[in-house]
Amino acid sequence: MPMKIVCRCEDITEEEIIETIKKYNCQTLNELKQILRLGMGPCQGRTCLPIAARILARETGKNIEEVMPPASRPPLVPVAIYMVSEDE
Amino acid sequence: MNDKADIVIIGGGINGCALAYELSKRGKKVVVVEKKHIAAGATGRCGAGVRQQWSTKENALLAKKSVEIFEQLNEELDADIDFRQGGYLIAIHDEEDMKQAKKNVEMQRSIGLPVRIIDRDEVKEIVPILDPDGMEAIGATFCPTDGHADPFKTAYAYAMAAMKRGAKFYKFTEAKKIKIRNGGIESVVTDRGEIKTNIVVNAAGAWSRQVAKMAGLEIPNKPVRKEALVTEPIKRIFDAMVISFKHGIYFSQMSHGQVLGGIPSPEEKVGYYTEPTFSFLQHMAYMLGKYAPILKQVNIMRQWTGFYDVTPDALPILGEDARLKGFIHCHGFSGHGFMIAPMVAKLLAQLITGEKLDLPIDRLNIDRFKGKVIKEKSVVG
Repeated sequence: MPMKIVCRCEDITEEEIIETIKKYNCQTLNELKQILRLGMGPCQGRTCLPIAARILARETGKNIEEVMPPASRPPLVPVAIYMVSEDE
Repeated sequence: MNDKADIVIIGGGINGCALAYELSKRGKKVVVVEKKHIAAGATGRCGAGVRQQWSTKENALLAKKSVEIFEQLNEELDADIDFRQGGYLIAIHDEEDMKQAKKNVEMQRSIGLPVRIIDRDEVKEIVPILDPDGMEAIGATFCPTDGHADPFKTAYAYAMAAMKRGAKFYKFTEAKKIKIRNGGIESVVTDRGEIKTNIVVNAAGAWSRQVAKMAGLEIPNKPVRKEALVTEPIKRIFDAMVISFKHGIYFSQMSHGQVLGGIPSPEEKVGYYTEPTFSFLQHMAYMLGKYAPILKQVNIMRQWTGFYDVTPDALPILGEDARLKGFIHCHGFSGHGFMIAPMVAKLLAQLITGEKLDLPIDRLNIDRFKGKVIKEKSVVG
């Protein structure tokens, strides 16, 4: 079976996600995020989290709505430090 | 889900996980009750630092002994916790700071820590991106055996090692009530069933006060929202954690290459506030630029919040409560629960199983708040 990349920023495959769900009995995307760094790259999970949610729902026999999304963390897009620095 | 256990630990953070491991290693039947998942609270939100440079001997000793455990934890837990010793560089800003630094270093060296005071040139040698003028630093203290570990990996490694030795982890299970009979504990009632036990460990971090209340006990802890941010990964440019007690800032480069740090939020308040603030982002960005101007061009990836579980003296509360047999305190870590967890877990496991303790922990008992308290001064974030 060819490897399917789910998280492009952190190079995580569908196989790794399934393995992690089984090994750690994961119930939430937050746990996958902690263990695999899923969604922690520059895209902030916009690409991979919906796919990972579908895999998690399938593997745990839950509805997609039951699979909690991890907290969304600002900034929405990466921003340079000097741009948000307070005035002197 | 009804069960029974020798010990029920409430809280699946680093301290709950590490204690579950130390107790199950000693043949005890352990159940961990966690309302979310492993490392969902302060553990998974912390700065990942492992520091031994403290102003009180209690903390310095706990941290030193913890580092000795961290150094061989991969082997012990059969996992990779990503422990690296790049040192901690603590800025000294003025003569007053220098006086305190000299006192701290003297105590720290007396217990065998390789810490020393360094001048501005050496600051730049150890962390070349630092600007001593921007830092307003006249020097620093440096301890090369301080470092970092990955909080997620460490918590999961302890939890998996505990489970291998028979410990049970009930995730997404909330403790609701602690049943007491004849001055002792009878059981812990959760939203998924009852667990019979005579010993309960309160390792609930920022929620420890609610857990203590279930047993009818008051504790003086307060939850304080803290904020942190992380940048995009960049090539490795420094190994040490840089901190300042005056500015409250801390930052370091993690193994993935991201720079992670925090500083007291201008909108800091007590209570269960979880919203990240823009004023933190502005303030932290400004101070990072002062400390390490080259970082100004680096992109910020995320900011988030977590809680410090703060006690009146910024020292943890450990040990059995004289008011209730079998109720063990393991909380109040005030922002440094991760770095001392390995030793705390070992000591509490020794206490619970009646072994001789490697270090005395009487002075960290809840009783101490009856008298005058000596505050830990070396706090950041």
